[in-house]
Amino acid sequence: MAELWFWLVSVMVALYVVMDGFDFGAGALHLVVARTNEERRTVLGAIGPYWDGNEVWLLAAGGSLFLAFPKVLAAGFSGFYLAMFLVVWSLILRGIALEFRSHVQDTLWRAFWDAVFSAASILLPVLLGAALGNVLRGVPLDASGTFELAFFTDFRTGNPVGILDWFTVLAGLFALVALAAHGALFLAWKTDGPVHDRAVRMARSLWIAVVLLWIAATAATASVNPAIFAALPGRPLGWLFSLVALAGLATVFTGLAKGHWLAAFLGSGAFLLGLLAATAACVAPVMLRSTLDPAYDLTLANAASGSHGLRTGLVWWCVGFPLAALYFAMLFRIHRGKAAAAAEGEGY
Amino acid sequence: MGDPLVWHRLQFAFTIIYHYLFPQLTMGLALLIVVLKARALRSGDEAYNDAARFWIRIFGINFAVGVVTGIPMEFQFGTNWSAFSRYAGGVIGQTLGMEGLFAFFLESTCLGLLVWGEKRLGPKRHFAAALALFLGSWLSGYFITATNGFMQHPVGYTHALDGTLQLASFWAFLLNPWSVAQYAHTMVASVVTASFVMAAVGAYYTLKGLHGTQARIFLNLGVTAGLISSVLVAFPTGDVQGKLVAKHQPVALAAMEGRFESGPRAEINLFGQPNVKERRLDNPVRVPGVLSLLAYGTFSGNVRGLNEFPQDQWPTHIELLYYAFHIMAGLGTLFIGLMGLAMLLRWKGLIHRTRWMLWALMLAFPFPYIATTCGWMTAELGRQPWLIYGLMRTAAGASPTVHAGSTLFTLIGFTGLYFVLGLLFLFLIGREIAHGPVSGAGEVAHG
Repeated sequence: MAELWFWLVSVMVALYVVMDGFDFGAGALHLVVARTNEERRTVLGAIGPYWDGNEVWLLAAGGSLFLAFPKVLAAGFSGFYLAMFLVVWSLILRGIALEFRSHVQDTLWRAFWDAVFSAASILLPVLLGAALGNVLRGVPLDASGTFELAFFTDFRTGNPVGILDWFTVLAGLFALVALAAHGALFLAWKTDGPVHDRAVRMARSLWIAVVLLWIAATAATASVNPAIFAALPGRPLGWLFSLVALAGLATVFTGLAKGHWLAAFLGSGAFLLGLLAATAACVAPVMLRSTLDPAYDLTLANAASGSHGLRTGLVWWCVGFPLAALYFAMLFRIHRGKAAAAAEGEGY
Repeated sequence: MGDPLVWHRLQFAFTIIYHYLFPQLTMGLALLIVVLKARALRSGDEAYNDAARFWIRIFGINFAVGVVTGIPMEFQFGTNWSAFSRYAGGVIGQTLGMEGLFAFFLESTCLGLLVWGEKRLGPKRHFAAALALFLGSWLSGYFITATNGFMQHPVGYTHALDGTLQLASFWAFLLNPWSVAQYAHTMVASVVTASFVMAAVGAYYTLKGLHGTQARIFLNLGVTAGLISSVLVAFPTGDVQGKLVAKHQPVALAAMEGRFESGPRAEINLFGQPNVKERRLDNPVRVPGVLSLLAYGTFSGNVRGLNEFPQDQWPTHIELLYYAFHIMAGLGTLFIGLMGLAMLLRWKGLIHRTRWMLWALMLAFPFPYIATTCGWMTAELGRQPWLIYGLMRTAAGASPTVHAGSTLFTLIGFTGLYFVLGLLFLFLIGREIAHGPVSGAGEVAHG
């Protein structure tokens, strides 16, 4: 049961990255992919109907983690205290920028919120990538099941570790480039005109950078946490999801070459999903690795909630998850077709 | 100052009080918008659609601030109260998880449809979107109230071998009588806030001689819903809540009333200052017997005083708790009086010409916010010194690894951020009210 919940939480985290990832990516590119007010309204109009719902995946994934593995949530959130609030504040500023920008027709007002939106959209993927990097590298969990991390120490991956070191910064950079590339494909699919053309051009170079950084990040992970790759041969799911990621990557490049934008976007979603799921398959059963002693690792066995709670949660999860999926299907259907900049006085 | 507990508590109190300024309006407003849309659908009168569109815009701005200030609440369980999360996550993770999956997705989808989709959806489906948004926001209210209900009156749990709490009975936990009563009280209070705000805008337009038809709709609906909800918030919901406090948290009741001595025919204190050091209430103005009646339904009910309880069971801020409760109850009583008078004037068809009443309604809108905030302060201060009543003390729930320097850093950050957010919010709401409801079947959003 704990293993099933590990997968449910992993799937929800991966869905969060894929869904909010495309609007983070669009936001990170916002200032360069769209120059005029009309173009920027096109970008905002494209992500407008989705971003709020996308963000709910974070809360839903967090809620599931809370339910199933409260010890992981407690240790992780308090251990990364300051970094967590950087995430929170960035989410607040980004949400406010998106909602408030359209309310006042003033060039300075809009330029300000465009900058806030873009800055928060760049910072968030870096922070999330660095968070994943921390999970892979490990944190100084001790016998009490807690840890405390400085923002940075000596930027090396050995003890004493900090939130930022060369490895987690690399992971953050990889996340930023990958989500920007993902967002570029979303814009290529959903927009027309100059925004579309620039998004396609950027996607082409960004995806080459993604491949290079992926190779670098994989090699770095192998050196920082060799256990992951040592485990791979015995993890059929790890192989399967790695293949999904590779197939996604291939779809991205063929889609980009042939101008099949939706296919390319779905391919990039599969790439991200496969990558995260393969990682989850290889780290299990460890959820939070201790850099001090493997005995202090938080694992599926020692961090899970009681079985009655897990079984109960599964019942309502099986009702709630399809409902959430249905809402999204409905949203994408209602807003199908290219997003145009709404006429001034309407929408974004 | 070196003890992080005070900063953890201050940060949670500040961020939750600030956050709840927004949902208390949107939850109540969601119901009033459904009423407006229903009347538009039944009567075919476009004025009701214009009214609904205006309030959907106000709703949208409030909802946005409510969403972004709600995110830190979810995070703070883990960041600031990790010992509590570790201990109780096996139980309260249920409702927090359900809130995301069942309520937030529904709300975010429907708000988009309500704001952007009027033309695409047509009148019937646009009404359905309003109804679903109402459902989502009231569902969300239940899950979070049930989480708090467990902290107030824990049921449906068991102790695991490692000492943590685990779910034993889902339905006992979900249908906790405390949660049901507190939910009813909370939701009716949110209708009070929304009604007062709607009536205030109607009164403002009437006094200015603006938007005649709309002003009339706002006043009529605001006063009607305002009277019904003001009565319901006191009786039966507030009454039931009070009896639960008397039964399960008698020491909190004693502190709320500044009562040190026990005895039957307990009086209610209308006025006075609790003097905790001397264990008495200074300058009391009392009505004998009423507290016994309210708490136990009979004048002879023995309401125990604080002296009967060991001091380490006393709520940690008796003075603040006492004032919070009295401000809430006092304002609640005034609300019934004001809305009752307004309703009388409405029946006689005089309300639109009675300037003193329009002034009173216009200036009254901040008070439900104050009363609601004081109500939650009563609930949360009354729960002290427990984080989970009888099971975990607040001091034991804070994150063991987060020191005072980190907590104060984030508290200062929130103070600055929320100050700016508040200014922006007031600026945008002021613009909307100045712009006013405009007729026409356009989209809800405007530039």
